[in-house]
Amino acid sequence: MIAMKDVYKTYANGVTALNGVSVDIQQGEFVYIVGPSGAGKSTFIKLIYREEKPSGGSIIINDINLAEIKEKKVPYLRRDIGVVFQDFKLLPKLTVYENIAFALEVIEESPRNIRKRVMEVLEVVGLKNKARFTPNELSGGEQQRISIARAIVNHPKIVIADEPTGNLDPDTSLDILRTLESVNDSGTTIIMATHSKEIVNRFKKRVIAIEDGIIARDEQRGEYGYEV
Amino acid sequence: MKFRTFLRHIRVGSTNIIRNGWMTFASVGAVTTTLILVAVFLALMLNLNEMAKNIEDDVEIQTLIDLTADEDAVLELGEQLEQIHGVDTVVFSSNSDELNKLIEGMGEEGEAWKLLEQDNPLNHTFIVRAADPQDTENIAEEIEKLNHVDKVVYGQDVVDQLFKFNNYARTIGLILIVALVFTAIFLISNTIKLTIMARSREIGIMKLVGATNWFIRWPFFVEGMLLGILGSILPIVIIMVGYYYLEANLIGELSFSFVEILPYNPFAWQLSLMILVIGAVIGIWGSIMSIRKFLRV
Repeated sequence: MIAMKDVYKTYANGVTALNGVSVDIQQGEFVYIVGPSGAGKSTFIKLIYREEKPSGGSIIINDINLAEIKEKKVPYLRRDIGVVFQDFKLLPKLTVYENIAFALEVIEESPRNIRKRVMEVLEVVGLKNKARFTPNELSGGEQQRISIARAIVNHPKIVIADEPTGNLDPDTSLDILRTLESVNDSGTTIIMATHSKEIVNRFKKRVIAIEDGIIARDEQRGEYGYEV
Repeated sequence: MKFRTFLRHIRVGSTNIIRNGWMTFASVGAVTTTLILVAVFLALMLNLNEMAKNIEDDVEIQTLIDLTADEDAVLELGEQLEQIHGVDTVVFSSNSDELNKLIEGMGEEGEAWKLLEQDNPLNHTFIVRAADPQDTENIAEEIEKLNHVDKVVYGQDVVDQLFKFNNYARTIGLILIVALVFTAIFLISNTIKLTIMARSREIGIMKLVGATNWFIRWPFFVEGMLLGILGSILPIVIIMVGYYYLEANLIGELSFSFVEILPYNPFAWQLSLMILVIGAVIGIWGSIMSIRKFLRV
């Protein structure tokens, strides 16, 4: 599903973020990406949704090599990948419903399918009753669940979450994890970068630790492994 | 593109225009100023060109035949004229034909000239037309070299001066217009830059969820085009009203002269369409510039 081989990434300013990373992730896996700040976690995540281009090596997702993909094809790749961020990235002037529908409108989905699909994902994240609210009227945890709903509305094969609980208190973080687990249960691959020791140690999953641009650890049902 | 999507782009583009308030006003104002000048310039140019062409078409070379030439000599001269390179037609006009023309041309005063019918002082004349009016001067020089030619008369000077004036007007007009067009484009691209910045969050999300680059660009094209089209409204009104009065007044005051301007219908409509298209192109150009620079999709 995702196969990285000898991936290098050097930024224009000369900083080398990844220094030969090889990893395989299977469909339906739930993977934590952990490691100290500045170790290359974000770069790793950005390479998967093709926000960044690798400087060397190959990244193959669903048989497409991201190192060679044409710029024009990137939007179509993104339709198979849902992304969740620490700061939610919701549009404040739109309602919850409209925020999710927006993701379908821009890929020219039919209005009938949009209505149907938006209500479905609101059900999945348990916020069907908040459809008419604007993001500012919701708690942080609720906003993050809306952004998860938006990430999965398109039936992506992969959901990438970059510190999805970074702005949330511990209890709310657990909620988010449960939501992501239920998404994972339906067969979607989840790749989550995190700094949360509690979460990693409590919800045991595969752990990939990145340090100084290389993979330091790759364990099934691993521990967080760093002191906080 | 689906029709629904097309409507969406128009809706979003129009919303941007309203949202940008004063910047919209400034760029529409710049387009308006530019287009008014373009319109005046175009109307002037096209009319001058038309006038020059009309006068040029009327340019004929009058070859006055020597009074001493006998009939054979005249026939021979006619053949020689026809053989000159670039000559289209050669028509013989006897001295009484010439006198009649003169009398008709003078109107009532011409009556006095009728006295001359008994003792016509005019020459027999060959009226020569060039296939290409530009050759008139060269042909006239050729004719002067022939035997039995008394005098060669043609109106090239008027045409030359008109063309010269035309060229000056064109150069000055073009410089002015190019400068204004660039100002307008610059203002439009700045307006759209504002939109892009105001919508950067939205654009970021669109990219993340897989909107195609064209889907993201379209509303900005629509915005630019609308700015251009809005800017062309006032100039078009000015053309439609102004040209109407211009034509009416010119016909009233100059009806006897050779000056004729292009008729209101279809010229005013054609000019308006041109202005509309130029406005839209300026707008789209402005949007392309800012999209390329500020919207890295």
